Amino acid sequence: MSEPLLDIRRLKKYFPIKSGLLNRTVGQVKAVDDISITIRPGETFGLVGESGSGKSTVGRTAIRLTDKTEGEVAFKGVDLYALPPQELRKLRPKLQLIFQDPYSSLNPRVRVGDAIGEALLEHGLASKDEVRDRVLDVLSLCGLSSYHIDRFPHEFSGGQRQRIGIARALVLNPELIVADEPVSALDVSIQAQIINLFRRLQETNGLTYLFISHDLSVVEHLCSRVGVMYLGSMAETASRDDLFREPLHPYTKALLSAVPIPIPKLKRERIVLKGDIPNPANPPSGCKFHTRCPFAVARCAEERPEFRHVGGERYVACHLV
Amino acid sequence: MSAISGGLPAADTPIARKESVRTSLWALALRRLLQNKLAMAGGIVVALMFAICFIGPLFSPYTDNKIHMALMNKPPNWKHWLGTDALGRDVLTRVMQAGRISLTVGLASMVLSVFLGSLLGAIAGYYRGIADQIIMRIGDLLLTVPSLPLLFILGALLSEWKVPPEDRMYIVMLLLSFVNWPGIARMVRGEVLSLREREFMQAATVLGLSARRKLFRHLLPNLVPLLIVIASLNIGGAVLSESVLSFFGLGVMPPTPTWGNMIDAANNLIDFQQRPWLWIPPGFCIFATVIAVNLFGDGLRDVLDPKQKR
Ligand SMILES: Nc1ncnc2c1ncn2[C@@H]1O[C@H](COP(=O)(O)OP(=O)(O)OP(=O)(O)O)[C@@H](O)[C@H]1O
Ligand SMILES: [Mg+2]
Repeated sequence: MSEPLLDIRRLKKYFPIKSGLLNRTVGQVKAVDDISITIRPGETFGLVGESGSGKSTVGRTAIRLTDKTEGEVAFKGVDLYALPPQELRKLRPKLQLIFQDPYSSLNPRVRVGDAIGEALLEHGLASKDEVRDRVLDVLSLCGLSSYHIDRFPHEFSGGQRQRIGIARALVLNPELIVADEPVSALDVSIQAQIINLFRRLQETNGLTYLFISHDLSVVEHLCSRVGVMYLGSMAETASRDDLFREPLHPYTKALLSAVPIPIPKLKRERIVLKGDIPNPANPPSGCKFHTRCPFAVARCAEERPEFRHVGGERYVACHLV
Repeated sequence: MSAISGGLPAADTPIARKESVRTSLWALALRRLLQNKLAMAGGIVVALMFAICFIGPLFSPYTDNKIHMALMNKPPNWKHWLGTDALGRDVLTRVMQAGRISLTVGLASMVLSVFLGSLLGAIAGYYRGIADQIIMRIGDLLLTVPSLPLLFILGALLSEWKVPPEDRMYIVMLLLSFVNWPGIARMVRGEVLSLREREFMQAATVLGLSARRKLFRHLLPNLVPLLIVIASLNIGGAVLSESVLSFFGLGVMPPTPTWGNMIDAANNLIDFQQRPWLWIPPGFCIFATVIAVNLFGDGLRDVLDPKQKR
């Protein structure tokens, strides 16, 4: 097993809930509550979970775009949160993020070529003469045309903008790309094109992805390992094949049973979850999932399950496994 | 603040070339502005007002302060299109001269208050913390006092301190900027706060861009539309405030003419009832300028800053 590229250890991120005239902190949203993920070079780690489960917050704290509350993030053995700001800034090109919303993540007043090339100049990764060629190369790699370089973002469709966002990250030759639901704002046919672009780039450039999604079929198509989040905690991580063949955590089972299967003979029993997602500011005691779990026993409400190694690449947080 | 003294890195040879200017947001905005009839009418009136006031007096055979006792209070005639005043001076010439002063005061105080307000507001919004606290508390303090009474008090103080009349024009500019900056600072701060949180600013962080580049390349250009709108709407208010102050004898003093003190000079029943040529022209100028500037500013706002639409 090779050395991890990104090692997230017991990461916590709490957002204060403020209210009242004095803006006092009255509570906390535990958006990320004790999560560990190890990502090896060249792999694609998929992070799935319902809306509000804290996927984006994991992605952002993993590259220190926001501050953490507790825990460590090491990139190639370097503790990101211990780096002084200037050092961190120099490391930034290696750690890129692709945003969920292709509209708001591009500055409307900056031409595409400048948006993609400015970081190259800023970090001295290309000279002024080279930079235009580098930008043209990456544009064509991402399926955009050379005449797009002088245009403004508002002249592009959502899918094209997402390509611009990808090009902007790629031109820096990153080692890790955190892709935060990069296709969820796009329509289905465009989604497939972008996903294939991700795949191709991985093959040609040996990229490592932390791929955030709530779409299990996309994750199955793209990822080699998958983590399932529920209310800020990791329910289960496993290799893609293990997870989709035999989910262990009841929440994973429920998620998978909701995905339509192309082969009717392989009918899975459908697990319907009761109730709604609990309020993340006031999560249930013990196992956070016990209020909706069809298999819950008394112990689940009292004791928080350890995130345990259960053989191979599988980790699960459930008393019943 | 060393980030600011370095100037604009935006001037670096851009990777994208600028020949396709037609497609920029600015070009789009201009096209839409040209289609807005009301705003264009306002813009034309403002431009005419400036042109007439600044160029007109050059073609006038009269000077603003030459006194002709024989020509006192003549109604409009072929020689004096808008008549003459109590000292036999040509009203048209004086209205144009007054326009120079009033528009200059309006423009200069706008520039100063927009500069002060946007600088302080941007610092407060971008750096937050203690700078934000100090700037905004001072601003709040000024905002709690209604600006007109405050101007009256300050204007009265000026008279008390015997400021020479020819300097009063500059002091009035300073006064107007002094009461106007907090409102501007507050708007700019709000915009900077919301721009800071926009995803493209986070993207700039992810790319590892320097603080200077983030500020000058990404944040400030997005602030410019708001500043243009604020500036244009501010001129009207400044012209009006100057007129009010001068009308009450607390602003610019005669013999320097302004629209406000010209009306003040006609401030008695006989002039009001029987010599409307003394007060209608300056009054109309104030009215037309303020309305036209505001129409133009509203048009700019619709075009540049759709969020702010009422
Ligand atoms: N800046 C913030 N301030 C306060 N609370 C936040 C902030 N960002 C996220 N949260 C809260 O943290 C929780 C997790 O949010 P997050 O955006 O990480 O979820 P997500 O899994 O990415 O959801 P989605 O699929 O909708 O993008 C939510 O309850 C959210 O309200
Ligand atoms: Mg999200």
